[in-house]
Amino acid sequence: MCVALPGKVVEIYEKDALVDFNGNRVRAIAGLVPIAVGDYVLVHAGCILQKLSAGEAQDMIDLFEELEDAQ
Amino acid sequence: MSQEKKITMAHGSGGRATNDLIREIFAQEFSNPVLNAMEDAAVVPGNGKIAVTTDSFVVEPLEFPGGDIGRLSVCGTVNDLLMRGAVPKYITCGFILQEGLDMELLRRIVHSLAVTACEAGVEIVAGDTKVIEGKGGLLINTSGVGFVQEKLCVSAANCQIGDAILVSGYMGDHHAAILSQRMGICNTIQSDCAPLGEMVRALLEAGIDVHCLRDITRGGLGTVLKELAEASQVTMAIEEALIPVNAQVRDFCGLMGLDPLYMGNEGKLVAFVAQEDAGRACEILASCAYGAHAAVIGRVTDEEPGSAYVNTGIGGKRVLDVLFGEGLPRIC
Amino acid sequence: MTDISYKITQMKSWLAAYDGPDISVMEVCGSHTAAISKYGISGLLSPKLHLISGPGCPVCVTPTGYIDRLIGLSMEADTTVVTFGDLIRVPGREKSLAEAKGEGASVVMVYSPMDILRLAKEKPAQHFVFAAVGFETTAPVYAMLMEQLVEEQIANVQLLTALKTMPPVIRWLCEHSGKIDGFLAPGHVAAVTGAELFIPLAKRYQMPFGVAGFGAEELLLAVYGTFRAVQQYRECGMAPTVKNYYPSVVTAQGNPCAKVLVEKYFEPCDALWRGIGVIEGSGRRLKSEYAGFDAGSELLMEDHKKNQACRCDQILMGRALPGDCPLFGTGCTPLHPQGACMVSEEGSCHQYLMFHRTR
Repeated sequence: MCVALPGKVVEIYEKDALVDFNGNRVRAIAGLVPIAVGDYVLVHAGCILQKLSAGEAQDMIDLFEELEDAQ
Repeated sequence: MSQEKKITMAHGSGGRATNDLIREIFAQEFSNPVLNAMEDAAVVPGNGKIAVTTDSFVVEPLEFPGGDIGRLSVCGTVNDLLMRGAVPKYITCGFILQEGLDMELLRRIVHSLAVTACEAGVEIVAGDTKVIEGKGGLLINTSGVGFVQEKLCVSAANCQIGDAILVSGYMGDHHAAILSQRMGICNTIQSDCAPLGEMVRALLEAGIDVHCLRDITRGGLGTVLKELAEASQVTMAIEEALIPVNAQVRDFCGLMGLDPLYMGNEGKLVAFVAQEDAGRACEILASCAYGAHAAVIGRVTDEEPGSAYVNTGIGGKRVLDVLFGEGLPRIC
Repeated sequence: MTDISYKITQMKSWLAAYDGPDISVMEVCGSHTAAISKYGISGLLSPKLHLISGPGCPVCVTPTGYIDRLIGLSMEADTTVVTFGDLIRVPGREKSLAEAKGEGASVVMVYSPMDILRLAKEKPAQHFVFAAVGFETTAPVYAMLMEQLVEEQIANVQLLTALKTMPPVIRWLCEHSGKIDGFLAPGHVAAVTGAELFIPLAKRYQMPFGVAGFGAEELLLAVYGTFRAVQQYRECGMAPTVKNYYPSVVTAQGNPCAKVLVEKYFEPCDALWRGIGVIEGSGRRLKSEYAGFDAGSELLMEDHKKNQACRCDQILMGRALPGDCPLFGTGCTPLHPQGACMVSEEGSCHQYLMFHRTR
């Protein structure tokens, strides 16, 4: 459930922010999480729900290795 | 009439207002000896096998990035003729205007239709206009006639095992452009609405062994491949990584919960050619005005007649069926 | 070979070669069901590994009484129903919103609930009702909408709510299904609630939860990790836990601000799930002080079973696969759905049919 995509904050207004998804620009409601221009955020149904942490690719390798170490 | 800014029911009366409308808008743009004769039916020369098709066009908004309903209604019909290996020659246009339609908008659409017909090399030989009650909308029906080269057998039932599968560019642009307008998403996605005559001609003239051509419209590539697999009783096997999709369209689909494989185009085709011609065919497509991102995306196999599938990026296999429903945006 | 593609190859070979006792993991979230089909993940699994599709599509589990009420509202003079696209084709007892629209009902499809603010300001004399369906992910969006409605004193907007929450339905599944060994937990629910939402469930039912993302590699990792966790629990007694495989988006605590805001406007209530029945405490409704914003969500306790042969309840519990239902693909199709699992594009039956998934 719950289609959501990460996008990049390009402008911040009073109550919402302009978020860019590879050239698709959406005004998304802000206020649930502190954001700054340049942040990557998760947008669901026009609302910014979370800020993304950097380094996703590295996370995946770490997680896999954790799994293997637990054997 | 020149002063009026909107279509009224009087424009459909068949009387003076109708004549004015035809003279001042349609005749201005659609001028040729056959049409100018204002006869009840067009009589045109022709010989050999003819291809005939008809299509009705309903799109909201009437003008969209990359095109409008006028351009669309030429491309749709012309492309259908081309997909049978026919050379499009004549089209007819039926306009159904809704009361309240903006006269300037109508003028722009009629102009665009005329320009596109000229680009596609077809003559508009018959036309009709009616006015109905409504909210300023416009519907167009076009029919088309083309001549088929005698030797040619390009057909949905003619995809052959071992054929290479090519597409002429990015998937889903038209649907994404229209939906962006409707959902109020700002982007620079343009409809790919275009006549495909140049690329079809180029393929055939170069002697490429073309077995099947299909324009990828409603339902998208997924639907088209499944339908052709059934018509030819073969398997379509394509590679996800090779399917050209514009990054902006990809993210638009991500936002809306849609799938580029099931998004329609209006100026793309899928071609089935003999494997040894694949590289050359791809170069030819890519050299055409509307084929910049053409790619070989897979091949026809004999695994399971009537089926189509995609090899996914992580090595999975995804079966393709026709689109159910209508590709609405979703949240879940 | 890059590091990641090497790991992927390793995971795939384990998943394909597994030959121990059968393991069933439920993907609760409808978007996971869709992603699993799209990436072809179920085809990568050994016959001993099973991914079961759960009830986590809010549209599928919306009962017929709710749809009928929406249709009723949309037919009223001066009332417009505003909704997400996926609810439009879902049938009520007699028809869907799409069919009602064809008969003149006023229905508008939007990308965001916030769009209703603009509509309401443009037409102050018109009454607008938002079809507020969703899980924990979407609830904060409605809470944000409520903030605006209250602050700007907008009087011509109401919500018809059918909000659901995850833990009660997972509890219900653990107690009723008997077939589930572990869960792929919904990543975007966890983005709001935090991965910790699932800790009490993992402890109580001794089942691993893998919080999963939606990209091909990250989803494969979560699938692999969750199957492994079940195996390790069985073989070495390793206590099942909640593992976060979506750390770029999900934290332990989630979004505290969103949780507080949801609490401000909504309170738990019993909820009716299409095809399943009432599950205690599994819904959310507007608090009584905001009852003026409710378009009559309280009285919608009807769920009409269209066809007695329909096995959606069993499928939603993971006891049956879509192909086990006598109606699947014949009496029940996406164009003429009979039950909950076929009505939405993310429903299990719809997905299994569309992608020819058999397991």
